[in-house]
Amino acid sequence: MSANKVVFEVYRYNPESDQEPHYDEFDVDLNDCGPMVLDGLLKIKNEQDGGLTLRRSCREGVCGSCAMNIGGTNTLACTQDISSVAKNGRLKITPLPHQEVVKDLVPDLTHFYAQYESIEPWLKSESPAAEGRERLQSKQDREALDGHYECIMCACCSTSCPSYWWNSDRFMGPAVLLAAHRWIVDSRDESEGERLDQLEDPFRLYRCHTIMNCTSACPKGLNPAKAIADIKKRLALRKL
Amino acid sequence: MGEQYKIIDHRFDVIVVGAGGAGLRATFGMASEGMSVGCITKVFPTRSHTVAAQGGINAALGNVVEDSWRNHFFDTVKGADWLGDQDAIQYMTQQAIPAVIELENAGLPFSRTEEGKIYQRPFGGQYLADHKTIAHRTCAAADRTGHAMLHTLYQECLRHKANFFVEYIALDLLQGPDGEVNGVMAYCMEDGSIHRFTAKAVVLATGGYGRAYLSTTNAHICTGDGQAMAARIGVPLQDMEMVQFHPTGIYPAGCLITEGARGEGGYLTNADGERFMERYAPTAKDLASRDVVSRAETLEILEGRGGGPNKDHCFLHLEHLGADVLAEKLPGISETARIFAGIDVTKEPIPVLPTVHYNMGGIPTNFHGEVINRRDGEDVVVPGLFAIGEVACVSVHGANRLGANSLLDIIVFGRAAALRLKETLPGLKSPETESNAGEAALARFDKMRTASGKRRPAEIRDAMQRTMQNRCAVFRTAETLDLGVKEIREVAAQMPDIGITDHGMVFNTDLVEALELDNLLGVAMATMDSAAAREESRGAHARDDFPERDDEKWMKHSLAWVENQQAGEVRLDYRPVKSQPLNDEVEAVPPMKRVY
Ligand SMILES: Cc1cc2nc3c(=O)[nH]c(=O)nc-3n(C[C@H](O)[C@H](O)[C@H](O)COP(=O)(O)OP(=O)(O)OC[C@H]3O[C@@H](n4cnc5c(N)ncnc54)[C@H](O)[C@@H]3O)c2cc1C
Ligand code: SF4
Ligand code: SF4
Ligand code: FES
Repeated sequence: MSANKVVFEVYRYNPESDQEPHYDEFDVDLNDCGPMVLDGLLKIKNEQDGGLTLRRSCREGVCGSCAMNIGGTNTLACTQDISSVAKNGRLKITPLPHQEVVKDLVPDLTHFYAQYESIEPWLKSESPAAEGRERLQSKQDREALDGHYECIMCACCSTSCPSYWWNSDRFMGPAVLLAAHRWIVDSRDESEGERLDQLEDPFRLYRCHTIMNCTSACPKGLNPAKAIADIKKRLALRKL
Repeated sequence: MGEQYKIIDHRFDVIVVGAGGAGLRATFGMASEGMSVGCITKVFPTRSHTVAAQGGINAALGNVVEDSWRNHFFDTVKGADWLGDQDAIQYMTQQAIPAVIELENAGLPFSRTEEGKIYQRPFGGQYLADHKTIAHRTCAAADRTGHAMLHTLYQECLRHKANFFVEYIALDLLQGPDGEVNGVMAYCMEDGSIHRFTAKAVVLATGGYGRAYLSTTNAHICTGDGQAMAARIGVPLQDMEMVQFHPTGIYPAGCLITEGARGEGGYLTNADGERFMERYAPTAKDLASRDVVSRAETLEILEGRGGGPNKDHCFLHLEHLGADVLAEKLPGISETARIFAGIDVTKEPIPVLPTVHYNMGGIPTNFHGEVINRRDGEDVVVPGLFAIGEVACVSVHGANRLGANSLLDIIVFGRAAALRLKETLPGLKSPETESNAGEAALARFDKMRTASGKRRPAEIRDAMQRTMQNRCAVFRTAETLDLGVKEIREVAAQMPDIGITDHGMVFNTDLVEALELDNLLGVAMATMDSAAAREESRGAHARDDFPERDDEKWMKHSLAWVENQQAGEVRLDYRPVKSQPLNDEVEAVPPMKRVY
């Protein structure tokens, strides 16, 4: 079989030795490599440069570790196949945009996690469940959680949102707002008012200008923009 | 060494290593009891391997059909092929019901029945009291139960303001003068600092070691770190030969298709389109126990009835279930099959084959989660050391784990460890720290960081994985295993030649992979040796040359002490199985022939 080569152009930055980031190029023979971008990166790491640094865990799109910018789009390296994104035999890979870089393809997500924590993402309910039994929830009420609970906190959405790039110190960003909405719509949760109060703020919520980048970026097919719109609607209705 | 690396000290009542389901359940259990607890994890908690669990968690809630924990007890003992400890199995199956209810009350988004109760589906090897009618015992959040559970547990930890040390790699355990475990050394990836955690007790919750094999459903991070750390302080590893192969790993990527797919009505065929499970397990058919189905698939392939150009896989059919059921009950695997096999499950079958999935073996513990060593034919608790979850061998899974019993195991024993420590913590010694504590761990770390031999870690890892895959898989004989015993030592002997590319301190994944490889090698050796020694077939351990179970000689747990990994010195011994339950609320299940 003839070689089916793709040149991986990979962002490199090592804080211990580099003043500035740069790009390294690596040849990957697709005939001798798994189909996904993660397969390509790990092949490079195994055979060409052990120092190439990235996060990975599940390799099947459920843990959210391997989010990065691939060919200009934020997505998961483990579920993105190489052949459909390589252009003219080349593929450019950078870390998630507008985040501090720890090393190579590893962004610092500390702030993103802190924002998640700040919305108090746990069930709040005054009424106790029946002793020793589950809380009942109709199939329909449970359906409201679909499109929320599947979020893998990969940050592909938030780091593709221009409002988040410029205001992430105060704007929560789509991933965290989707998480907040998950509790607002849970029929078992009794703190909608409190949760809405916390978001009613010119920055935390209203920096979203419905640009929709977030929804097109989500590798799990979720729709944070819609959730944000619903939060805004609930706040508007509350004022009536 | 201490001078070269700046060491940062921390002190807690308890250190939990691992933030999968087991570690998180233990962590918030302790935090809610007011203990000071620190949880160290090599990945952000929700990226732990528990997130990948699909099918569900067993508890005899009886939401779909009347059920009892006693049925669950019986099925687990039988599924384990009588190598499980019945006291621990009683504890787990009885606690299952409150444990699952607790998860729901904490907000886990379970799927629902028409009455709004937790949805339960059938899984392999589980029946009602007549041992014939298929039970609906597996509580599910679609086919993303592990993900839903791990996120819920993390949220509970946030509620309890637990302390996390994220992207810290635990290197080795620390011990006091009397052998009590009193801390752990760790490497912080983000800034390259070294940390010494001192505590009255350490709980290992580091998960399994599927990455010892070439083809596995396990995440890259399942590298046996906890087993290896325990082995390095002289703790034996128990029943390591019991490696579960899941019958439906996607060919060839290895990603899992949950047993729940067969629970919802999916079935297997060979290349001739025959539903071959009807021949191997006339009653349970496609829902027989995993070891039984994996063996049947392997036989079909060996006898030339496999599919594809190389006749090397079988087929899982879901087309007949219809798009609606697939979308509601199995959305995750529909997506996985599309991405990794290019298959539309509403139209075509998925190519599958048996794939390494779960480690029944691990660090031996009692049902409180306390680690036990064995000296002069007696069990002795290792003071200060606990192990919970897949890293441990309680043993509730014996020779074969039932599907959906692991998510259960991790929360039940995570909670048990927290309860035990609540009782025993006041009596545990305050750790005496010596300023040179951790020297040995640092020396090992430093040696690997500066290693500049000629073999890449990936090369040695590949050799190890091939050895395990070829010599210690679904069918085993003295011939393959004896070769394996020799070859795995040859691989381990390459370690002095290892060389890494990145010698820095910050986020050095090259170094971490090399340390993980070192951990895997000892664990792999214990697996191979235990398998070569066990001359019978039981559960996941199927010997062509000893096809029958031999209760007289082999109803006992294997113990393997890895005494010198480099030199290949492993010592084996055995411990009797506990064949009595905890109390008279349930009757012991005496050994009988295991048919499905
Ligand atoms: C694809 C798949 C599907 C499954 N589906 C089911 C199912 O439906 N039902 C079921 O019951 N079981 C299922 N299982 C099995 C089950 O998911 C696992 O056995 C279980 O989740 C293990 O949980 P754990 O908490 O023990 O370990 P893990 O979830 O593996 O967590 C280990 C933790 O330890 C940390 N760690 C490891 N080493 C170190 C170190 N050196 N330093 C610091 N931290 C460390 C990791 O960061 C991680 O946080 C499935 C398994 C797989 C592979
Ligand atoms: S819709 Fe809102 S959150 Fe989403 S990308 Fe646009 S501004 Fe950002
Ligand atoms: S909403 Fe989608 S893109 Fe955003 S964090 Fe969740 S899974 Fe990732
Ligand atoms: S490695 Fe888990 S999402 Fe890619």
